[in-house]
Amino acid sequence: MPILVRVPTPLQKLTGNRGEVNASGSNVKEVLSNLEDQFKGIRERLYDDSGTLRRFINIYVNDEDIRFLQGESTKVKEGDEISIVPAIAGGK
Amino acid sequence: MGYVLGLQCRECGRQYPKEPLHVCEFCFGPLEIVYDYEQIRRVLTRESIARGPRNMWRYQPLLPLDGEPTVGQQVGFTPLVKAKRLGKVLGLNNLYLKNDCVNHPTLSFKDRVVAVAVSKAIEFKYDTVACASTGNLANSVAAHAAEAGLKSYIFIPADIEMTKVVGTLVYGTTLVGIRGVYDEVNRLCSEIAANFHWAFVNITIRPFYGDGSKTFGYEIAEQLGWKAPDHVVIPVAGSSLITKVYKAFHEFQHLGLIDEVKTKIHAAQASGCAPVTTAIKEGRDFIKPVIPNTIAKSIAIGNPADGYYGIKTVNESGGYGEDVSDDEIVECIKLLAQTEGIFAETAGGVTLGVARKLIAQGRIQPEDVTVLAITGNGIKTQEAVMEKVGSPVVIDPRLSAFQDLFNGKEGK
Repeated sequence: MPILVRVPTPLQKLTGNRGEVNASGSNVKEVLSNLEDQFKGIRERLYDDSGTLRRFINIYVNDEDIRFLQGESTKVKEGDEISIVPAIAGGK
Repeated sequence: MGYVLGLQCRECGRQYPKEPLHVCEFCFGPLEIVYDYEQIRRVLTRESIARGPRNMWRYQPLLPLDGEPTVGQQVGFTPLVKAKRLGKVLGLNNLYLKNDCVNHPTLSFKDRVVAVAVSKAIEFKYDTVACASTGNLANSVAAHAAEAGLKSYIFIPADIEMTKVVGTLVYGTTLVGIRGVYDEVNRLCSEIAANFHWAFVNITIRPFYGDGSKTFGYEIAEQLGWKAPDHVVIPVAGSSLITKVYKAFHEFQHLGLIDEVKTKIHAAQASGCAPVTTAIKEGRDFIKPVIPNTIAKSIAIGNPADGYYGIKTVNESGGYGEDVSDDEIVECIKLLAQTEGIFAETAGGVTLGVARKLIAQGRIQPEDVTVLAITGNGIKTQEAVMEKVGSPVVIDPRLSAFQDLFNGKEGK
């Protein structure tokens, strides 16, 4: 079941310059893992060597930050949208 | 004449040239300036610093400019006040206030970062500077842009204090109020920054900008007689200042300007916006963003950019984090004013309130050398205390009227 994933500009070199791609999985972790199957090399941009999601990547499910949900275990279903957004290194 | 080697990602260590970059292309981590400390060691001594100008540029080799500063030449070297009366109230014998309420020219510590950022923007040949701000940064960017003759665009949450709005508009900038909280302003600005060739001081040239904050720490160490204090309590918004003060002490140690640093760095937040101190208390190394709701608007950032590093700084130094309610903030603004004659903005009330908690918890002991970071002027956030400081007594212009009043008061 396809989930729409929004990919930020710096990662679009890996997705054939597409900003939106379809991926499958029942939770966030599975969907991101499926992305790597489709687009080799995306995993190391999203995860560090110890396998944890990089600190300066934010993941949103339907516009809600997964830190407010169940993190990578957050369930997704067909029709949901996942956005990968670099944390903004801005701040007062 | 500069001593910057380049930029480096704080997360993955990838190196970048000295350019207006702020995010690692690979892992999206923040970039920071890499200095040539071996060269700096040759030119920077206590004596060379002491001979320098009485402003933040006395530490110029440790700041990321290639040439001389072109704006903000008088910023910094604000008083480090020994706070005897406040110390007595708190039970501390070695209490100091680093008073950036009187920083030149816009009365907050932000003049330090902006003096560097706007000078750097000129070196990078930008003709327009911009920022996302909760107010103090807005004032400072507008003022320094005016001094430089650059165009400026400033983005704020639409509901910030009127004094900060007026104190930005007066410099002839374009001020844009956003219907939303700071975090939304910041996010919008990062999109604008990607579409306009402007120097967004706290986004596009953030690594350069941030290092201006180090001078707050250098000055504390020098003014204490070339030593780092036992404690510093610092108000936390984006978490930049707290990390830079820590870095400043350790750079001084690395350069042999001070002995071993044992300073505990403590984070202070308002209870209505405490993502960093909450993480510290809960033993987390990551931020859970919050929606801010506090009178301390200048530090109301629910999703702090450097939050992870703020937490790390506090933990590495052996410090702690606490937060205080809006009522405590107001009470502490008044306590500071009424014991030391210093009118700080809401963030100052936060810092003092948190220091009081840390003392009660036994984390700060009576003889410890303790510095409170007072980062902005109370005249800018008068709304916060306006209804809580009483009102003048009005009488007719007759001596008897005053005598009646005086006697009435005496009789009470």
